[in-house]
Amino acid sequence: MSDQKPTSRWTLWLPLALFLGFVALVLFGLYRPADREVASTMIGKPLPEFTLRAAAPDRPGLTRADLADGQPRLLNIFASWCVPCAVEAPQLAALKAEGIDIAGVAIRDRPEDVAAFLARHGNPFSRIGADDRSIVQLGIGSSGVPETFVIDGKGTIRYQHIGEIRPEHIALLREKLKEATQ
Amino acid sequence: MSLTPMKAKHQRLVLALIALVALIGAGLLAAWALRSQASFFYLPAEYAANPPEAGRPVRLGGMVEKGSIRTLADGVTITFVIHDDKARVPVTFKGIVPDLFVEGSGAVAEGRRQPDGTFRADNVLAKHDENYVPREMKDMTSEQARQAIEETK
Amino acid sequence: MIAEFGLAALWLAAALAALQLIAGALALTPRGGTLGGIVRPVAMVQGVLVALSFAALVVLFAQTDLSVELVAKNSHSMKPLIYKISGTWGNHEGSMLLWVMIMGLSGCFVAAVERRLPELTMLATLAGQAFVSLGFYAFLLLSSNPFTRLPSPAIEGAGLNPLLQDPGLAFHPPPLYIGYVGLSVAFSFAIGALVTREVGPAFARAMRPWVLGAWIFLTLGITAGSYWAYYELGWGGWWFWDPVENASLMPWLAATALLHSVSVLAARNALRAWTVMLGVVAFSMSMVGTFLVRSGILTSVHAFAVDPERGSFILGLLALNIGGALVLFGLRAASVTEGERFSAASREGALVFNNVMLSAILGIVLVGTLYPLLAEALGAKVSVGPPYFNPVSAIFAVPMLMVLAVGPLLRWRRDSLARIRPLIAIPAVLLLGVLIWAGSQAVGLLPALGLALSAALGVASLLPLKGRKLRQVKLPVWGMVTAHFGIAVALLGMASDAAFTTERLVAVQPGDTVEVGPWQVQLQRIEPVAGPNWTALRGDLAVSYKGGAVAELHPAARTFWAPPNETNEAALKTRWNGQLYAVLGQETSGGRWQLRLWWKPFVPMIWYGGILIALGGLLALLGRLASDLKRLVARDKIAYRRSRQGR
Repeated sequence: MSDQKPTSRWTLWLPLALFLGFVALVLFGLYRPADREVASTMIGKPLPEFTLRAAAPDRPGLTRADLADGQPRLLNIFASWCVPCAVEAPQLAALKAEGIDIAGVAIRDRPEDVAAFLARHGNPFSRIGADDRSIVQLGIGSSGVPETFVIDGKGTIRYQHIGEIRPEHIALLREKLKEATQ
Repeated sequence: MSLTPMKAKHQRLVLALIALVALIGAGLLAAWALRSQASFFYLPAEYAANPPEAGRPVRLGGMVEKGSIRTLADGVTITFVIHDDKARVPVTFKGIVPDLFVEGSGAVAEGRRQPDGTFRADNVLAKHDENYVPREMKDMTSEQARQAIEETK
Repeated sequence: MIAEFGLAALWLAAALAALQLIAGALALTPRGGTLGGIVRPVAMVQGVLVALSFAALVVLFAQTDLSVELVAKNSHSMKPLIYKISGTWGNHEGSMLLWVMIMGLSGCFVAAVERRLPELTMLATLAGQAFVSLGFYAFLLLSSNPFTRLPSPAIEGAGLNPLLQDPGLAFHPPPLYIGYVGLSVAFSFAIGALVTREVGPAFARAMRPWVLGAWIFLTLGITAGSYWAYYELGWGGWWFWDPVENASLMPWLAATALLHSVSVLAARNALRAWTVMLGVVAFSMSMVGTFLVRSGILTSVHAFAVDPERGSFILGLLALNIGGALVLFGLRAASVTEGERFSAASREGALVFNNVMLSAILGIVLVGTLYPLLAEALGAKVSVGPPYFNPVSAIFAVPMLMVLAVGPLLRWRRDSLARIRPLIAIPAVLLLGVLIWAGSQAVGLLPALGLALSAALGVASLLPLKGRKLRQVKLPVWGMVTAHFGIAVALLGMASDAAFTTERLVAVQPGDTVEVGPWQVQLQRIEPVAGPNWTALRGDLAVSYKGGAVAELHPAARTFWAPPNETNEAALKTRWNGQLYAVLGQETSGGRWQLRLWWKPFVPMIWYGGILIALGGLLALLGRLASDLKRLVARDKIAYRRSRQGR
């Protein structure tokens, strides 16, 4: 066996160099903006015309005109059969307690189910329209429940939030509403 | 040991070099293959402005235009239009689409551009399929969870 | 009480891991003195404690103790017991606890059983194991405590997701984890050997059973995962090059290379630095793979939510463990003396070739998996799929399989191809024959190569048995033959699936008959059926092979409401020579239903081959353990006799 000098010292450091490259790449991956959705093409567009019958006995239905009365508000797409919709109920209640007006659209739902859902999770909505065939939902570029839109006073969509509202999202929605006021 | 070709003292050097050459070769090959085989993601506007070569695998993501889904007579081929606010791309697909693939929602089509400019999809994915699945239970309080369960029964 | 007990055991185990690290490291210094004596017992107690902690969590899940947050979030009192138990590792915290438990138990076994290594190397190894474990303990206790109590107990749990109630999904993680984490022993051995510069046949013999054990579990886990994806996704494919799949393939490739280089080191005292390097790489690939999946930075079919905080924590751990090991390697590997030399045409030469090719494939898979991330850093969104992975990995796999057919016939150290020419003539002729036949059948290049290689390898893999008395063939040789034959079998399944699959996609009315390959399939009716929280449309198919007996198949499209999801339940009919695969689509115009049918000749061979490969590993492991045991007993006898004579 020979005790010759190691042939190429630098090759021994090659694995480490490769690994450091990997770490750098992954760090980028972790902290890049978490934007992976197909962005809604409806932001900045006016709401389409629609008229929805009332989905609950104690709230009026919803038309486009109701959403263009000069006051910015949230438009929440929900359904009684949707589990995450129950999760976001406390956040909607908190937003309502701040004096924010929230209109609701119930997707493919029955009146008694909606009533039961609101009785259980609270009713933060000033108006609730029943969208039995997802027409309005698709018309405003939403493809799932729950989703929440920020609508300005002229009935223009200013922001779309996909998925349930979690506590950390409240500040962002408040901010977007403020922008919509200007 | 006079019979072995590796008589020289440098067997380790030779081995290291062979390994290095093979691995660098693999790296170069990978880089070359990725340039030609990785499928790029296109939005309709990008697709229209700077179309990919015909026959190269790409993915096209956008919204499914309302009223655009048509099923052909064979019952398994569909055509639809994927669009964004700047451009629209006609797509044909032969196969079974996911249930959540509906007009007006987001979709990603994997496939190739045809010489006539249309897009032939090998696979169609509906966006948001899993959006609500992994996370929704995660931050529920126990009370919400109980109610959620009650409703799902 | 049980939760508190589990948490206390976990903290205590972590403290013992710290003690194990400090005592082990100090014992390596000149003034270490007798500190080394406590390292083994500490490692054993640590293993027992962390196992108890995991057992406590299993009990909590089995009892559905809803005062524990993790149980309340992930379980439900109405679940069947087996899914309650599998719920233990079906979540982030529990799976991390499973991970550290396997690490702790591996360390425990090494400390209890391993007597061949020099004592100092052993101490360094156990200290290394403790170092890696300690990071995971910290992660668990500081950011993912599984035993947290709720302020007030939940009334019912939230984990009744029926999508997760599938035996394949519930029980394939533990074997895979045993495989991933079992490689940590090889990692620690490599660290120990680097610290004390004791790399040699004894080190290789000590390491080999651990590598084999982990590799067997990895093989089984990958085989099971592939079959699960095949029948569950309903896309007719068995391997998608999905990041999650790649994450399990990469450690397997590294472990396979390690397995072979460790044999060279054990038998011939060559490839020293390279084996140590692979020991580090194999477990690093386990950690990297798990991290890539867990952190959610790569989107995949199996996506997890992105959590930068947790991701950063694990990345820090990775950087510390892998980076540290590679720095040690850079510093020390140069002083690991060169091993024995060998000629290019020799068993060693073939194994070196196999190692280089496996490493190249590993590199290709890693690059392909990470490339989307790299491209995004450069501002482009891409995805990488089979058009890249298949041909590029084949460029290296094909020569590797050819050498695999020849290598086991070569002698150690020095041989000539001329000697074995008569032996390899048969497989070589087969290779060419099948290739020419496949060429005439208009089969694609890769499938044709696969068929030809599978035939040649199937014969060649049995040749090492030729001329031997079968009863005298040692178990490890049987193991090698079985595993190599398994590769030929799996390859036959893969190539045959690619070459001969027939597919029909049709819209049919009830009563219509479709032909796919040799099968006649009649759609009889579509029926609605309902489950606990899904509804489904189920197709009743009457299928018959070449006009023979009629069997029923029931593919279904299920719709879940909460959480909203839709799955296609494929239906399979298996014969000895292949599988019929049926998927039901949607209703389409004219009261017709979409039906997708595949006839896949010999496709089950893929998974039978996987099982054979694992079985080969098991035979080799048993053989090694038996001979180790024999040697141990013989040594004890001699020592006993000496002590008697001495008296």
